[in-house]
Amino acid sequence: MLNQLTIAELTAQLSRKEVSAREATQACLDQIGRIDSQLHAFLSLDAHDALAQADAVDRAIAGGANATAQPLLGVPIGIKDVLAVKGAPLNCSSKILGKYVSPYDATVIEKLRAAGAVVFGRLNMDEFAMGSSTENSAFGTTRNPWDLSRIPGGSSGGSAAAVAADECVATLGSDTGGSIRQPAALCGCVGLKPTYGRVSRYGLVAFASSLDQIGPFTKDVRDSATLLEVISGIDHRDSTSLPQPVPHYRNALTGDIKGLRIGLPKEYMIGGLDPEVNSAVQAAVKQLQSLGAEIVEISLPHTDYAVATYYIVATAEASANLARFDGIRYGQRVDADDPLALYSKTRGAGFGDEVKRRIILGTYVLSSGYYDAYYLRAQKVRTLIRQDFLKAFEKVDVIVTPTTPTAAFKIGEKSDDPLQMYLSDIFTISCNLAGISGISLPCGFTSNPRLPIGLQLLGQPFGEETLLRVAQAYEQSTGWHKERPPFSAAGK
Amino acid sequence: MADTELDVKYVAHLARIALSPAEEAKLGAQLGNILGYIEKLRELDVSQVEPTAHAIPLINVMRPDEIRPSLPVEDALRNAPAQANGLFLVPKIVE
Repeated sequence: MLNQLTIAELTAQLSRKEVSAREATQACLDQIGRIDSQLHAFLSLDAHDALAQADAVDRAIAGGANATAQPLLGVPIGIKDVLAVKGAPLNCSSKILGKYVSPYDATVIEKLRAAGAVVFGRLNMDEFAMGSSTENSAFGTTRNPWDLSRIPGGSSGGSAAAVAADECVATLGSDTGGSIRQPAALCGCVGLKPTYGRVSRYGLVAFASSLDQIGPFTKDVRDSATLLEVISGIDHRDSTSLPQPVPHYRNALTGDIKGLRIGLPKEYMIGGLDPEVNSAVQAAVKQLQSLGAEIVEISLPHTDYAVATYYIVATAEASANLARFDGIRYGQRVDADDPLALYSKTRGAGFGDEVKRRIILGTYVLSSGYYDAYYLRAQKVRTLIRQDFLKAFEKVDVIVTPTTPTAAFKIGEKSDDPLQMYLSDIFTISCNLAGISGISLPCGFTSNPRLPIGLQLLGQPFGEETLLRVAQAYEQSTGWHKERPPFSAAGK
Repeated sequence: MADTELDVKYVAHLARIALSPAEEAKLGAQLGNILGYIEKLRELDVSQVEPTAHAIPLINVMRPDEIRPSLPVEDALRNAPAQANGLFLVPKIVE
């Protein structure tokens, strides 16, 4: 089945003209038609438009186009509902955007199109990317394909579930505190958060601007390298994108990690760590060692302060970024006699609980009399957290940790306790605060029920080549990435 | 848990979010809990530490001062809840 292929496999078959891009896109649409009423990864999709793009690719291939020049030629790629795709709805899984239709393409979408991808669908997420389970979507929760009674993670839960269940060959998501790596871990696929500044955010609806990055969900590490290379690079429309040259990331996948130093932070062996997750990660560390890497114990002493720091910095930035949703220029409006009442009623009716909670917390930590005690203090602790990592990277090339403390939890298990939900991001948040790169990849399963476990590798700023090399060497020596959920594989 | 001084009604007003009394009560309790957790940052001495606003600092990113195309007015207005004559319509601000 073409929807089950990787980017590398599909583009090879397309270039040999064994299959057509239309057949590949149709295979994804068929899989979505078969299972998505239960999985609910997609909010909407335009099948007619997707097939039209695929037909255009087939004509281009007939005219000589090839995957060497266009590495995503004919590859169906799903998009998180936080990225602007011209002519497509954009809701951020919120009611407040109403019937919004994007008037332009995000830079990453332009890049996907230029690389030949078939860009389609709106993937479910926590409202405005705030959450760890997709339970905060205004349009219903996405299910975990390994166990439909469990959450897929979040905020990019739809993006992760769609790849794990073979509804797409790859997807894009965004990661502010773990929103790519955590759902990738819980659904059993590969999710990469690039270094801050690596990928342009033009056309990404902003949540926390000093933390947000766009990144790929894929079925293996090679595809992650392919997609990262396509979407990276400086963009004059995002003044926080950085001018570092974009390497040919796939060339970094040599399989050779002999002599690389891999750091194991002692602070990540916390009490709440599930024993099965712990043993899977320990086994992965042994595996890396047997591949020739040197394991070094390191210390990231301010780890315990990351969640508190994050929930000040991220909510403060969100309170400013989400001020634009006021019922004036786009989206839903609740009419009132004066502008102030219009703003308040529109926002009260349009935002969900978690978004309200975070905007109010962010407003509070920035408000007169509290700024120094909360926001400024958090920015200083952020410096300490970043210094921890820079110091560690003087000794090691890559850091290895669990991606999450537990496998996927049950729908509803944490939805009434925001603090417990926040603490589930404990291993992923520091990476965003420090601005470094990170990847999650499958490293095993819990026994009963059988749920995926994610291994997180953290790399230096612009250290994606080393990160991908280590990840791919591990992946190819184990094969966990080939496991598929029985739910979506059934009927084949 | 530390007792919070957060006045939900007042902060919601600053944030321009209308809340029902039930929402105020629920949010107040949850935010109190979260702020109690955040208090742990006070354990650290940060008197000698510079704040980080962005992990990778960039200063004064400039572009050439050249005229270039921007979003056409009709595209910018297409999603507006109310518009007329190329403008967004809003309630009366000045009597």
